[in-house]
Amino acid sequence: MSSPTDSSAEATPRQDAMREQLLSDVSACLGSALVQSHINVGNDLCVRVSTDAWASSAAALKTSLGFDYFCFLSAIDWLPSPFGKGEEDPTAEPVERDTEIKQGLAGGETRMQVFARIVNHRTHVGITMKTDVPDATPVVPSWVSVFTGANWHEREAHEMFGISFAGHPDLRNMYLPTDFEGHPLRKDFPLLARMVKPWPGIVDVEPLPGGGDEDDAEGSAE
Amino acid sequence: MTLIGDRQQLAYIASQAADARVNVELETEGMTLNIGPQHPATHGTLRIIARLDGEQVLWAEPSCGYMHRGYEKLTEVRTFPQVTALVNRIDWLGSFANEVPFILAAEQLMEIEAPPRAQWIRTILFELSRIANVSLFLGDLGVQLGAITPVFFAFRDREYVLNLIEGATGGRFHPNFDRIGGLKDDLPAGWVDETRAVMKKMRKFCDEIENLLFGNEIFESRTRGIGVIPRDVALQYGMSGANLRASGVDWDLRRDQSLPMAWDKVDWKVWTHLDGDSYARCWVRLQETRESTLIVERLLDTLPSGPVMTKVPRIIKVPEGEAWVSTENPLGEMGYYVVSKGDLGPFRVKIRSASFNNISIVPWLLKGVYVPDIITILASLYFILGDIDR
Repeated sequence: MSSPTDSSAEATPRQDAMREQLLSDVSACLGSALVQSHINVGNDLCVRVSTDAWASSAAALKTSLGFDYFCFLSAIDWLPSPFGKGEEDPTAEPVERDTEIKQGLAGGETRMQVFARIVNHRTHVGITMKTDVPDATPVVPSWVSVFTGANWHEREAHEMFGISFAGHPDLRNMYLPTDFEGHPLRKDFPLLARMVKPWPGIVDVEPLPGGGDEDDAEGSAE
Repeated sequence: MTLIGDRQQLAYIASQAADARVNVELETEGMTLNIGPQHPATHGTLRIIARLDGEQVLWAEPSCGYMHRGYEKLTEVRTFPQVTALVNRIDWLGSFANEVPFILAAEQLMEIEAPPRAQWIRTILFELSRIANVSLFLGDLGVQLGAITPVFFAFRDREYVLNLIEGATGGRFHPNFDRIGGLKDDLPAGWVDETRAVMKKMRKFCDEIENLLFGNEIFESRTRGIGVIPRDVALQYGMSGANLRASGVDWDLRRDQSLPMAWDKVDWKVWTHLDGDSYARCWVRLQETRESTLIVERLLDTLPSGPVMTKVPRIIKVPEGEAWVSTENPLGEMGYYVVSKGDLGPFRVKIRSASFNNISIVPWLLKGVYVPDIITILASLYFILGDIDR
């Protein structure tokens, strides 16, 4: 928040009438399935729907609001990485890390969330949809019956996050060998290369010698 | 000698014909054809397993993962400025275009904008990487159909564009030139004039390709009506770029969204085709290459002066938030969903690459086509392996 352009932006709270209208249309269409929403002013609308209604709300938005272009589907693991960024000496004592799970826009209650993006190809406006993945049984309804293109994206999310999609025809691995163990994009899956040797490129972010006082982490934006 | 009546003779012929028909309809033993992982038509290491009945494909399944480099995981242990060096290698023929949406997403979160001159130069380099990328497609197209000449023209003329990119950025293939807040450097002296000359050459190259291929009878009969993708299927699969526009969807992210780039500052045209077949996809790309050269020229005419870098902290921390930015890359819609937790590096980056969606239609599209058409259809879909596997 140290950038000089911020002050003018905060002086006048920005409005996004188009996305507010869109949000009211979406909430009328989804009804009680819509849990929470967030307007990223000027950029995006993010809605969170309940897990059971994940596929049916996509179908509803597709048929009644014309969101017929499937952009992508993936997942986020909100657990802070227990391994950091590999910048520490691997032989030293492990440092204490924040383990609080904090979800992003439009909130959430679970560690993992599935999110996807669909676009109305006539108005060129897209929305980001999110849903919680139950911690005990990571299963969400599949989108394949709504958007055929979700097939590969769900296979990818399945192998990378270990999330199952109920109703998916064939959740084979896309990239990894069939007998691969673990789910690489989960935060608690270690990046082994970094465990063995810290990333040398991390020196880039150290303050440069002789840079003076303004080179603190937040500084020099005067 | 027994005389047979006409009626008897006809019955005999009919029974023979029926026998022959039965023989034709007998189930022949199917065959599994394995194309790749190393195959000239796959632009890398895509393996396609096709189950054939005679010459016809019963089902086909691409097998990915030979190029998976795990960029989404790697971004989580890099700082924001370091990520561009990674994403450069996603679509390696149009590298600069990969950097732009990520940088724009980071700028969106930091609420800064590059100065006008940087926006212009970004757009010019973006279009140059499109020309370099698609000109190779246009040349390669001929090779898939047995015409060798176009690919030599393509490699010859692409070199001019690569020289321009190298002249401005220092890197032929992986410029890593885009910075949060602007660009690393301004353009070198004499670059603008040279670019104008090269754009003329590239238009001549497009004319050559058009004369060589698009008027060619063999080319037309091999591509017209082959691999037709209806528009609703294309949308469902998330096809983008020229593949979508060739199915009659008038949608170009350069025109249809507002980004801090210079596309909306000049006049240009979005090309579409209604047929949705291989020919349409190739034709749209040819027109787009030509249009790109015009965009570059018009942007050079209006190139503003001023700095190419805005004030940013030396150590870049991106505020907490989520941003989605996608641009119309040479292969289609390329976007990044960047989640930041206010650290030096991103918390999660979802890379939405164009080829992954474009190629996911292959099992549907190849069903029922003939073996020689597999190659044309794959060539016309145009994918880069790094862009599928990431």
